[in-house]
Amino acid sequence: MENDVLLTMRGICKSFPNVRALNNVDFTLRKGMIHALMGENGAGKSTLIKVLTGVYTMDEGEIRIDGEEGAISIRSPQEARSHGISTVYQEVTLCPNLTVAENMFIGRSERKTVDWKGTEKRAGELLESLGIPARPRQQLGSCSLAVQQMVAIARAVDTDCKVLILDEPTSSLDDNEVAMLFRLMRDLKSRGVGIIFVTHLLEQVYEVSDQITVLRNGELVGEYEVKDLPQVELVEKMIGKDLDDLSKLKGSVPAGGTGKEILYEAEGLSSSESRPFDFHIAKGEVNGFTGLLGSGRSESVRAIFGADTVTGGKVKVEGKEVKITKPLDAMKNGIGYLAEDRKRDGIIADLSVRENIILALQVIRGIMHPISRSQAEAFADEYIKALDIKTSSPETPVGLLSGGNQQKVILARWLLTHPKYLILDEPTRGIDVGTKTEIQRLVLKLAEEGMSITFISSEIEEMLRTCSRLIVMRDRNIVGELTGDDLTQERVMRTIAKGGGKDE
Amino acid sequence: MNKNENSRPVRVREPITDTQLLITITVCIFFFMYILAMLIWGGGFRKPQMIFDILNDNAYLIIISCGLTVVMITGSIDISVGGVTALVAMADVMILSGHAGPFSGIPEKSRIVLAFCMALFIGLLYGLIQGYLIAYLEIQPFIITLAGMFFARGMITIISVDPQKAPQNLMDILQKRIEIPWLGSPNKKGVIIPARMEIGVVIALVIVALIFILLTRFRLGRHFYAVGGNRQSALMLGVNVKKTRFMAHLISGLLAGIAGFVFMMHTGAGNATNATAAEMNAIASSIIGGTLLTGGVGNVIGTLFGVLTLSTIKSIVTTSGLRDPWWQSITTGAMLCFFILLQSVVLMQKHKRSK
Amino acid sequence: MNKKKLFAFNSQLLIPVIAIVILVIFNLFRDPSFFSVSIASNNNGDPVLQGNLISILNGASELVILAMGMTLVTAACGGQDISVGALSAIAGSVFVKVLKSGGSISPGLVIGGFLCCCIVAMIFGAFNGTLVSVFGIQPMIATLILFTCGRSIAYWINGGATPTVTSPVITAIGGFIPGIPVPTPILIVILAACLFALLFRFTTLGLYIQSVGINQAASRLNGIHNVGIKLLSFIILGACCAVSGVIGVSRLGLINHETLLLNIEMDAILAVAIGGNSLGGGRFNMIGSVIGAYAIQMLTITLYAMKVPSTDVKAYKAVVIILLVVIGSPVVKEAAGRFWKKISEKGTAGTGKEAA
Repeated sequence: MENDVLLTMRGICKSFPNVRALNNVDFTLRKGMIHALMGENGAGKSTLIKVLTGVYTMDEGEIRIDGEEGAISIRSPQEARSHGISTVYQEVTLCPNLTVAENMFIGRSERKTVDWKGTEKRAGELLESLGIPARPRQQLGSCSLAVQQMVAIARAVDTDCKVLILDEPTSSLDDNEVAMLFRLMRDLKSRGVGIIFVTHLLEQVYEVSDQITVLRNGELVGEYEVKDLPQVELVEKMIGKDLDDLSKLKGSVPAGGTGKEILYEAEGLSSSESRPFDFHIAKGEVNGFTGLLGSGRSESVRAIFGADTVTGGKVKVEGKEVKITKPLDAMKNGIGYLAEDRKRDGIIADLSVRENIILALQVIRGIMHPISRSQAEAFADEYIKALDIKTSSPETPVGLLSGGNQQKVILARWLLTHPKYLILDEPTRGIDVGTKTEIQRLVLKLAEEGMSITFISSEIEEMLRTCSRLIVMRDRNIVGELTGDDLTQERVMRTIAKGGGKDE
Repeated sequence: MNKNENSRPVRVREPITDTQLLITITVCIFFFMYILAMLIWGGGFRKPQMIFDILNDNAYLIIISCGLTVVMITGSIDISVGGVTALVAMADVMILSGHAGPFSGIPEKSRIVLAFCMALFIGLLYGLIQGYLIAYLEIQPFIITLAGMFFARGMITIISVDPQKAPQNLMDILQKRIEIPWLGSPNKKGVIIPARMEIGVVIALVIVALIFILLTRFRLGRHFYAVGGNRQSALMLGVNVKKTRFMAHLISGLLAGIAGFVFMMHTGAGNATNATAAEMNAIASSIIGGTLLTGGVGNVIGTLFGVLTLSTIKSIVTTSGLRDPWWQSITTGAMLCFFILLQSVVLMQKHKRSK
Repeated sequence: MNKKKLFAFNSQLLIPVIAIVILVIFNLFRDPSFFSVSIASNNNGDPVLQGNLISILNGASELVILAMGMTLVTAACGGQDISVGALSAIAGSVFVKVLKSGGSISPGLVIGGFLCCCIVAMIFGAFNGTLVSVFGIQPMIATLILFTCGRSIAYWINGGATPTVTSPVITAIGGFIPGIPVPTPILIVILAACLFALLFRFTTLGLYIQSVGINQAASRLNGIHNVGIKLLSFIILGACCAVSGVIGVSRLGLINHETLLLNIEMDAILAVAIGGNSLGGGRFNMIGSVIGAYAIQMLTITLYAMKVPSTDVKAYKAVVIILLVVIGSPVVKEAAGRFWKKISEKGTAGTGKEAA
């Protein structure tokens, strides 16, 4: 058994200015094993991966790899590769303007010239053996995202790699492609490659993995054999004791929208990204869209807010028919939207906390009615205090805050507009557990005060704890609606799996 | 289908790449325009000498545009090239006319060699310094090369001594033309005048060929594209981004130096306003030739046609009777606008469809 | 906290302020009377201020106005407009054309001319802005079109001539208003600065421009009209071009499409960069750009005062610019920081490890 060890990481520590991302973490990978690295968002998975691939330099700890004497140091992705460590990231890190074949071989050759024929032939063979539907001479940018991901994997596989890291590779793949990827992973496994598999989808872990290492809040929880660890226990280990803490919330869930006044109603609403759907929410109700990634839940709420091009449908706010085709329309009708991708669609990184907080209110008031400096400072101070935003000053650029505090700043931005209806798309993604709890509590408190809230989270427990009605989506269609006693994880899963049917 | 692949690779029509698409558009428009000019205005356009005249006048521009294309493919910019060209031309004239202090004692004919070495030296020096500052100190290329341009333009007047003209006997050597009899055309008296091409054109075409091979056949060339396509990804893929960007600016500087020598061969005189706005003409040629300033797309073949297109438009404007001095550049501007919009729309459509 | 604010202020304006301070010290060392200002009387017998300081402030007027507009475009679009010189020439031509249309040049006609050239310049600005915001073309490429043909358009407007305009009103704009010793261009700059100050005080344009420049997607989701903001920044820059074109024409009393504000686009971009603004867009500091513009002009005047021929000035300017940006480059700053840390660690060897 000892001889099988391919990679060991001991006592890894890594800190960032605001947060200790990894604290004394150990990790062991054995030959011919698929090792799942699990943990909630913010647990330190990606930091650990980045330390291993040389993107970050660790503060303390040592890494040893099979076949090399003593501890090795990895300071760059190139060095990682020279030690036989290859990585495929969630976001495709290839050049879209080059051909598929080039993307597979660029940066690897020692020769000064390019052997197009040889490269394309080898690429063609490799693509065929892996069953990847791409041609070597095709421009990569013209392939679908999934195929681009597969090309990245093909590239990683073709280098002489001992350790293959797959960082959430399945998030943009459909079922067939996932099956194809798993076949490939098992194939590699049989050749003795060690695979580190990072994902948040439990089913996939149980389908292919041999071992699991669980991280929580930057600390190691433990290493387990898959067969010894039932799913429920895994979830417990990932969420930790916070589960009990959060479960207390459940009692305070309001009864739900039935019989109450309808605040927002959409009929046949569709956008360039979403199919037509009907939706309504009552005053003070908390509901949620659930479904797997790519099921269309984010696209649906984006349509409500007018974030994509709205293509049809009738919308009523408080019984009055209104036109919502762009975000400003929605904002003027008292709708707020916290976007899924905080970095891309949420924060304005270089602007100060103060400016970020007042932004939405300012836009509603219009370009000719600026909020005075003193008033803005008062608003900022008020919300920094109310939401307990940890920042050295309201003038700090928001990009310097930690993820959780950034999220709170955006929340503050929308709360300041005093919306009647607030859409929160993954407000708890990538932030620490403490802030997650705070945000969920806040959601319930706001609902009690009469605000309608749509809450989306990829962690179903969170939604079950906060929502009184769940709209289940699959393949961009609404396939069911669950309320009351039906709000259990099992029912949600079953509704998704069956795609509607009797469960409605 | 599997059977086919096993027996013999089938020729599947590959989806065209962005680079090929944009170059095809440019080449088509150029030939369309030229043939139209031949049909409508005939005369000069029907003689092969017209093409050679355009090449003779623009050999230096082709060379700088090649360098600029390389830089633009990596997603950078170099606006010092016009200045360097002018500076080299002036320095070379000074050497040839024996004004260059320490070198004045050298026999006349070896001054030509010295002048060429000087051109390479200045170009390399520019490439090295600008490349280092941009690639390794990560300073914005626009500012550095802008300063480079200022420096070159300032130096021109500092080094110049009257008369700013190379001796005629040396110019006779430099301006020797290659005669191509079979492309000749009869003059009014019916005597066949052979087509004439300057040596500079040969240099320019050789450079186009060399850079083309570099861009398509060499690792460094492909790295230029990778860095321009996505710098972060290129780094992840194991490309030495800093070295690649450095090399691009080095090539650009070197070519600007050679362009200066070619310019001097063509004009034989030094002048403070030499090659004015050459950098912008070169950028315009590269853009018309299908190079995107965002990087990652383009090729020198397109750039060659970009230069030809721009000059042909100018010839057409003069031939067609719009003799007022402003029409040339107004048409150039309109043409540039047309190409920029066309490329933007074509690429938008292509990417929308593939999505 | 107060200290922190002061520090933040400093780091933004560090380079332009250092540049100015060095130039001032250098000049005082070279010639203590360099900055002395005296009152002389001009041809009309009116008292006017004279001296190097005045000629710096006066000569930089067009540059400062363009730099202010350029700051907005840079911040909103993450790119630069290289057609400002050409656009100023167009505006100047329109101005002269209108003045020449009437018999005598009355103040009313001058105002009409100014409004006309303002509108024309704003239309051209909107053309640039449309290419950038609607078609998504990079600013430098989009404005290359006008850069190429702008001066020819100016030439065309005046039918191939370089007409002169002589009128006391024009002299007053380009030189001195009788009775006021301060050159009029300086007053115009102050007026323009006040207008910008009011613009930022009474509208939220500054916040919007920065938001769009930093994160377009997020700005859109917050209801900001990205296309409109970018377009607006180009239109404002167009108006700036009109103002500087009018000043340029009035100084000489003629329009020369070839030489009017030649190469000023490069200086304006430099002013923005020296002012500590990122040429990649986002946060901006207009005061920085203004100080940067004055620093450039002071450098030029200093070189003139040192008897450097005007044609050679560029070379020296280039050296100074390169020094400035090398000092300001992040890599050099980081290296200097590491070097500083090493020294301080050596001094306190015991606590060094803790810091690491």
